[in-house]
Amino acid sequence: MTKKRVQLVFPKHLVDKPIVWQLGQKFKVVTNIRRANIDAECGWIDLEVEGEADEIEKGLQWLAETGVEVNPIEKQVVE
Amino acid sequence: MERHGIPPTEKMRGLKCRECGTMYPLEPMNVCSLCFGPLEVDYDYEALRGRVTRQSIAAGPKNLWRYRDLLPIGEVTDPDFGVGFTPLFKAHRLGERLGLSNLYIKNDTANPTWSFKDRVVSVAVAKAIEFGFDTVACASTGNLGNAVAAQAARRGLKCFIFMPADLELPKIVGTLIFRPTLVAVKGNYDAVNRLCAEVSATMNWGFVNINLRSYYSEGSKTLGFEVVEQLGWRVPDHIIVPMASGSLLTKVWKSLKEMERLGLIGEVPTKVHGAQAAGCSPIVTAFKEKAEFVRPVKPNTIVKSLAIGNPADGIYAVRAIRESGGLAEAVTDEEVVDGIKTLAETEGLFTETAGGVTIATVKKLVRQKVIGPDDIVVALITGCGFKTQEVLTDRLEEPMIVEPRLTAFQEQLALRVIS
Repeated sequence: MTKKRVQLVFPKHLVDKPIVWQLGQKFKVVTNIRRANIDAECGWIDLEVEGEADEIEKGLQWLAETGVEVNPIEKQVVE
Repeated sequence: MERHGIPPTEKMRGLKCRECGTMYPLEPMNVCSLCFGPLEVDYDYEALRGRVTRQSIAAGPKNLWRYRDLLPIGEVTDPDFGVGFTPLFKAHRLGERLGLSNLYIKNDTANPTWSFKDRVVSVAVAKAIEFGFDTVACASTGNLGNAVAAQAARRGLKCFIFMPADLELPKIVGTLIFRPTLVAVKGNYDAVNRLCAEVSATMNWGFVNINLRSYYSEGSKTLGFEVVEQLGWRVPDHIIVPMASGSLLTKVWKSLKEMERLGLIGEVPTKVHGAQAAGCSPIVTAFKEKAEFVRPVKPNTIVKSLAIGNPADGIYAVRAIRESGGLAEAVTDEEVVDGIKTLAETEGLFTETAGGVTIATVKKLVRQKVIGPDDIVVALITGCGFKTQEVLTDRLEEPMIVEPRLTAFQEQLALRVIS
């Protein structure tokens, strides 16, 4: 089991969707929201995901394909 | 030279989460394990008050270590590299062009690898050595990589620099010369970003802007300290700061407030203005929309050194600008080029694109009458144009081509208007 910390950014068309719940349903991962801010236009969630490494990767891949931007918790580190 | 300042245990309480306030020991970590907020060095200002004075600073070396008591380091172990205390000069001709009688340029191109990144890397590398790391690393397409590789070479540390694999050779020569291990990642910018965050979590390295970020970013404060000291302990009315991650602006503001808090200066009236390129201006957008969240963008600008679409300190920069009463403005690539050329033609200083953003923003704020003609204005020039000459291709005057005869030269000269 491993843990990964990510920042999720939601575009407008996904802000009212139960994405994090779906992530936990579709993949064998435990999700733990640490901070979040969502309004009608967009939103972000700082999330911890726990599970087997490949299951986490599949889950994050699904998020990206769904249209959620998945970033490291540090955001952009290439300077 | 006296290398010992106030001991770390007497000046710092630890790392503090900027969001929930949870305290942590002074370790190589950058994210709060409770709320995932960023961590910042927490100083004991009561302990510092009266011990950090104008005299104690003036007694220090003519580089950034003169402010060591306000930096998160113990002993200064590399006093002679010449980072910081770069020139601040009055820009008479540029000021005249812009209608400003008190315009100053802070020339941070005068650092060893020609950018302000030498400041933050100095602190990060000092901290890496204190923590016992034998390897430092970063992800960079430019100035940061140059600075980390140079200081690693100087300190005998192993060094890894991560870059996208498709970066052109001329852009990496300034890093490769210092003989780091350059890791060319087969993937786009986002892929490099993700990989580096993962690598930093698994390797026992000092990643300067990841696990050492809380310390690294403190190095930017020295720009603010120097501006005030070089103005004769006066605070300017305006400082214009280019924004990438937003960290520099946040720390310049912090430096002014620290000096105020320690009684080195009076109440700070300075308006700190943030500048971005219109093709990558998430912080400016958040400021103008009065948002509490900086929405990431995909950069599309010639200003590569500021092209951070998801800025780590974006919201803190927005808050600092608001607190100071400043503004955030974005300028087009054409305005950036014009800014670069104007600075070069009037002051003899060749800035990279970030400096063009700064100068173009000064122009804009003057036009908007945010800056008055007699205000004391400081523009931060954070990097050198000799590194990014490609942005000026086809944007400069053609040379005068002549046959090797005096009459041919005279004929051509007669046709040319020399201003």
